[in-house]
Amino acid sequence: MTPLESESIEIIREAAATAIKPVMMYSIGKDSSVMLHLARKAFYPAPPPFPLLHVDTGWKFRAMYAHRDRMVAESGMRLITHTNPEGLAAGINPFIHGSNYHTDVMKTQALKQALDAHGFDVVFGGARRDEEKSRAKERVFSFRAPGHRWDPKAQRPELWNLYNTHIHAGESIRVFPISNWTELDVWQYILQENIPIVPLYLAAERPVVQRGGQWIMVDDERFPFAPGEQAVMKRVRFRTLGCWPLTAAIESDADTLEAAIAEIFNARSSEREGRLIDSDAPGSMEKKKQEGYF
Amino acid sequence: MSTPHTQDITGFLHSQRNKETLRFITCGSVDDGKSTLIGRLLYESKSIFDDQLEALASDSRQYGTQGEKMDLALLVDGLQAEREQGITIDVAYRFFATDRRRYIVADTPGHEQYTRNMATGASTAELAVILIDARKGVLTQTRRHSRIVAMMGIRQVVLAVNKMDLVGFDEAVFNTIVADYRSFAAGFEFAGIQAIPVSGLDGDNVLQPSAHTPWYSGPSLLAHLDTVDLSAARARGAFRMPLQWVNRPNLDFRGFCGRVAEGAVRPGDAVRVLPSGVQTRVKAVIDGFGEVDSAHAGDAITLTLADEVDVSRGDVLVAADAAPEVADQFEAKLLWMSGHALTPGRQYLMKLACKEVTATVTGIKYREDVNTGAHLAARTLGLNEIATVNLSTSAPLVFEPYGVNRALGSFILIDKLTFETAGAGMIDFALRRASNIHWQALEIDKASRAAQKHQAPRCVWFTGLSGSGKSTIANLLEKRLHAEGRHTYVLDGDNVRHGLNRDLGFIEADRVENIRRVAEVARLMVDAGLIVLVSFISPFRTERRMARDLFAAGEFIEVFIDTPLEVCEQRDVKGLYAKARRGELKNFTGIDSIYEAPETPEIRLQPAKDSAQACVELVWRTLR
Repeated sequence: MTPLESESIEIIREAAATAIKPVMMYSIGKDSSVMLHLARKAFYPAPPPFPLLHVDTGWKFRAMYAHRDRMVAESGMRLITHTNPEGLAAGINPFIHGSNYHTDVMKTQALKQALDAHGFDVVFGGARRDEEKSRAKERVFSFRAPGHRWDPKAQRPELWNLYNTHIHAGESIRVFPISNWTELDVWQYILQENIPIVPLYLAAERPVVQRGGQWIMVDDERFPFAPGEQAVMKRVRFRTLGCWPLTAAIESDADTLEAAIAEIFNARSSEREGRLIDSDAPGSMEKKKQEGYF
Repeated sequence: MSTPHTQDITGFLHSQRNKETLRFITCGSVDDGKSTLIGRLLYESKSIFDDQLEALASDSRQYGTQGEKMDLALLVDGLQAEREQGITIDVAYRFFATDRRRYIVADTPGHEQYTRNMATGASTAELAVILIDARKGVLTQTRRHSRIVAMMGIRQVVLAVNKMDLVGFDEAVFNTIVADYRSFAAGFEFAGIQAIPVSGLDGDNVLQPSAHTPWYSGPSLLAHLDTVDLSAARARGAFRMPLQWVNRPNLDFRGFCGRVAEGAVRPGDAVRVLPSGVQTRVKAVIDGFGEVDSAHAGDAITLTLADEVDVSRGDVLVAADAAPEVADQFEAKLLWMSGHALTPGRQYLMKLACKEVTATVTGIKYREDVNTGAHLAARTLGLNEIATVNLSTSAPLVFEPYGVNRALGSFILIDKLTFETAGAGMIDFALRRASNIHWQALEIDKASRAAQKHQAPRCVWFTGLSGSGKSTIANLLEKRLHAEGRHTYVLDGDNVRHGLNRDLGFIEADRVENIRRVAEVARLMVDAGLIVLVSFISPFRTERRMARDLFAAGEFIEVFIDTPLEVCEQRDVKGLYAKARRGELKNFTGIDSIYEAPETPEIRLQPAKDSAQACVELVWRTLR
């Protein structure tokens, strides 16, 4: 077992041992897939002693829903899904309302609703410190004040592997077991452990439309074609997965995991580039985190 | 790091997997160029993606401090406040790899008020890169950081004399600084100090040897990191595994989960469960989804055991023939990380490996000046201060000295009320007192003493401001109980201060000790079967809670005498408020020392509104 894998399993066990009501965020992407795999190893032969939580914006790729249901069945874990009912009633649509508003209502607000409704005190997330600069300063056990607020100046010092798991009513802890993994570690582990991933990570012919210099896949009938606009078939794959209207595809022939990994590490651009929420304003991820985003 | 093609990706990933990981920290004074140097390491090891370089170019124009050059520090300083102020506040973790090793760098803040963040970074590091500005030489902060690095057990040090470009790459400057540092660091237990002249801004001696320093024949920074010998720090001792989790999916399987802290374990090995001392054998070692032949330090595993022994979270499984010590009194080094001062006598939660107990610092032997190393006397310990202390725990702990085993020698202290992580400690050794003083098992117990007196022993704890009416009510209550033939005693704040506590003053530390002693006396009296009426201002919640914790459930009755400050001050029976107002009496509760009112007392009395008799009646009823 590598030190990284051991460290993550130790973190998962420590959180589960001290939490009253833990839950694991499950976003169906590659990081979530690794987390789920680690959790299953940590408690083998028992299933992990917590449910999975999927905050469903209603705009995930169809292949993601299929993969989610398959993994839930295979792991024997309970799945909780939550969609923001007000957002749903208001018909929040990333094409109409924009990425910021959609993400705030359908992800950040929805997540808070789900956590409050169930009263989870410990929430596992798949964030990594190498993803983004404000993440580089995140604790493994990240303390959240009532209302899920993150105060970067009031983080608890975290020494050795001695995690302070004590909280008052209304407070919660976000736990990031793969904090010290890099993108390369994640892919290498998926290959080594043969972890199932959503096929969208590998290249295939898919219907796409070019928008703002990026390829957006037409995943269902809700795509608002401009007059005369048509989808074209392209060999594409995705570096990250989220809401399909907000996740750009890249042209690629890498249809095996090995080829995709080789391509990722030859192409020198970071994975969040395909995510539209990071580059809105300086420090935008830090702001979103303070508001409760994962 | 060279990048692979599809055909050899498997080999590439395999080589990635088998690379050793080295965790190190960078530290040094403000403006020594730490963030710039790490930015340089990331840049030179090709760990920066194209889009990140573009973002950097744009950030450099907005926040940069390097004019037209790219400001590599901006790759590292992530928080908005840091970018705006151009300094590092919190520890940031960075990742890069060479063809030989993978690295996790903790970039730690230089300012004195962020010492705790530096210690956080150092706690998981095996090597420290200490930066020195070539123009300034060894500074106070260099000494402080080196002292913390040594205290945290880091044995490998790189002295990076930075900004060599600004001193014209002068060999004499470099040699003077290195000689200075070596003589200062002679007392520390560093296994190696590698001094390297560098320029983080231009990359001299970072990756490649620099043409500007022909007089320097040593390795570049990255070459040294790639080759430094880590085996000494990773020496293997006997098997130790703190138990994190008991896995019981069904009646046929009972697995004991934990991360091996030291040594190795194999099926068939004889192991002992501490602190109980029960011995058994390992049946199977499970790593992930299957059984393995052995597991080693660092592995997160599950063990099954040959016998049905009692093991629970916090216990430690150890090699049967090489068991560590168990003790409840320690000498330890302590770094205080909270704005609320450490006060001896106050109780904290203590976490060591997977075990949590209550702990009290029984005495501060000395505080260490982090800048000079001088030993200073101290009664309390403030934020970022370091001391050697004696520590007493509520239950025995399985431990090893920090110098022998980090996992069983490190601990944190957690504030019982706020739950903040207040202190970080390293055990030096156990004090032998505990093992020599055994509890005398007595045959006449509390119940038999109480039965003889035909009463249920109680501790009635009156708390409230000076002059609130505590003593008046306690006296009336005792008279009434005495008349009924009950066995009572009043412990009064003023009276006890004339005898048992005559050595204590009114600063916070003394007030804590004052309450601790009285609570212990009250406990002995309750044990003797008495109804004890304690009449003490007892202004702090933590200490009242400590007192409560000494008693069995229902034995302790907290009575809050809720008389407003104005009323107490107006009454001023002993003339103390007037004195305090004139400044002749320091630390007077309600004036210049706080009173923390109870949140959920058993009884709340308002003698300002109700008669003293009515108040007594209320308390008396709960004692019937």
